[in-house]
Amino acid sequence: MADHALAFDISDDSAAELERWAGVAISTAVMAYGLSRRSVPGVVLAAAAAPLAYRSLTGEWPGFRNGLAHADTRAALSGSRGIHVRDTVRLERPRAEVYAFWRRLENLPRFMEHLQSVTELGGGRSRWVATGPANAPVTWDAEIVNEIEGDVIAWKSIAGSDIATAGSVRFAPARQGRSTQVSVHLQYAASGGRAGRLLALVFGRDPAHMVREDLRRFKQLLEAGEIPRATRGAGA
Amino acid sequence: MKAVCYYGKEDIRVETVPDPAILNPRDAIIRVTATAICGSDLHIYGGYIPTMQKGDVLGHEFMGEVVEVGRENTKLKLGERVVVPFTIACGHCYFCKEQLWSLCDNSNPNAWMAEKLYGYSASGLFGYSHMYGGYPGGQAEYARVPFADVGPLRVPDSLTDEQVLFLSDIFPTGYMAAENCQITPGDTVAVWGCGPVGQFAIQSAFLLGAERVIAIDRFPERLSLAASFSKAEVLDYQSVDIPEALREMTGGQGPDACIDAVGLESHGTTLDAWYDRAKTSLYLATDRPHALRQAIGACRKGGTVSIPGVYGGWLDKFPLGAAFAKGLTLKMGQTHMHRYMPRLLQHIERGDIDPSFIITHRVALEDAPQMYETFREKEDACIKVVMRPGVAARTAPAPETQGGRT
Repeated sequence: MADHALAFDISDDSAAELERWAGVAISTAVMAYGLSRRSVPGVVLAAAAAPLAYRSLTGEWPGFRNGLAHADTRAALSGSRGIHVRDTVRLERPRAEVYAFWRRLENLPRFMEHLQSVTELGGGRSRWVATGPANAPVTWDAEIVNEIEGDVIAWKSIAGSDIATAGSVRFAPARQGRSTQVSVHLQYAASGGRAGRLLALVFGRDPAHMVREDLRRFKQLLEAGEIPRATRGAGA
Repeated sequence: MKAVCYYGKEDIRVETVPDPAILNPRDAIIRVTATAICGSDLHIYGGYIPTMQKGDVLGHEFMGEVVEVGRENTKLKLGERVVVPFTIACGHCYFCKEQLWSLCDNSNPNAWMAEKLYGYSASGLFGYSHMYGGYPGGQAEYARVPFADVGPLRVPDSLTDEQVLFLSDIFPTGYMAAENCQITPGDTVAVWGCGPVGQFAIQSAFLLGAERVIAIDRFPERLSLAASFSKAEVLDYQSVDIPEALREMTGGQGPDACIDAVGLESHGTTLDAWYDRAKTSLYLATDRPHALRQAIGACRKGGTVSIPGVYGGWLDKFPLGAAFAKGLTLKMGQTHMHRYMPRLLQHIERGDIDPSFIITHRVALEDAPQMYETFREKEDACIKVVMRPGVAARTAPAPETQGGRT
């Protein structure tokens, strides 16, 4: 299980600081060198290092504003922007039941390990609390943007949240309706700024692994009625 | 409680560990009255099984008395006497519904480990590494049994522990091996390996209508047990050319089905580790990889090769060409325990078979470290070791049989 823990290891702030100052040092050195050449290639070299200097000092690349607090979720995640995770699982339960369990958003923390709670606020809105750095909660509000009974649920974080994330889950019949296939598409902005950093901490370094394990627990909960657990040794 | 714990290669200790507790609603806690050492436990003992951790409780063949049940477990009652299958199954997933119980989707908490190796994970197992769930095993005074409303089989008080204990693994495993042979009346079945699983495969082949069973091994006590108790014709591969002998014994046609009850029971996590381990096993273990190749080579055209022996990795020089040329069927896998236990209990109740015939050693739990060594080295003609938690170690000879609750 040690490997498991490693998979969720996350860089701490000191590593980010180191990267920042290394960036400053390298870009400064390259710019100084380029300018000292007093030639056209030298100036080009110095200019090329400027964006790194800008990023090192401000934490973002010039000209991009993805994933920052107060960003518009749709803008932050549209097209190919952000991190996309897709996975699917098949369950031996009727589609209506599977859909109903997921639609009751309060159920999500029962199988999504990074979530502490989801509270429905009414009007399609909900408050999500995840486990962040040092177990400090990270909170954002989301709204359901598409919902077809028994078929699909889609949500996104509302503008002004600390976090830009969106997701959808589809429920399709399989094996002549005896099984249900659940397909999840999760997106989040992951670059730059406080939001990106928080999300990287919440979702871990391997979001695909996290989503797969969440879906596995979802299946276990609905099929077996419980999530299998074991203890080390014969410990209680 | 006392439990047999893994501490490293050839380091087995009987330690005091915390009693198990109910963790999930469908759980039960069993007070173990009898438990056995399996041949596959020896690979843990030899240090071949990855994802074992210090302090892990061993054992996947056990039975006992129900002493506690979870709130959702309405099937078992306190005081009932049950045998526990070594594979853990939820009873509700696609695989359980299809009777493929050992492939249960929902019983391995560490399924992702096995998925990395095999693409998909089989069921969780008791006491058999963290890759198979990290469940504490049954070589202990008590054991927690998950999904206990579908696994444990109630056994009547008229049968002794020793008569029903092997319903936990090796009897169903030998039986499924024989069933996989698709035996029709008049068939001849050849069995490589006369250890406990081989013995049950021989008996089961006869139960399923085989006319002749030819058993292959090199240990005299195992061959003589196969001959005297299971009524097999026996071949010692140290003194006989097996393919030639099988050919002669079957009029030049070959056995209708071949069972590899030897296996190559090693596991690994990376390709190169697997390769190394397989190579190690190849040259250290006594001709073991020959068995499967020989079975494929000896089998008649259109026959079946059934593999209850455990394989873990990538096999070298696997004669797929011979299997293809002869149109063989290969069947294998961990035993779908829950499918076979009730019908095999009936066979025992009817007196068709008394599985206790393979027991050679009856000891206390505290004797485990010594008995792992004895069993591995096949010292003292050791074929099967049964341990009784609660029976004092070496102070008095263990009783021949001891039925029911105490």
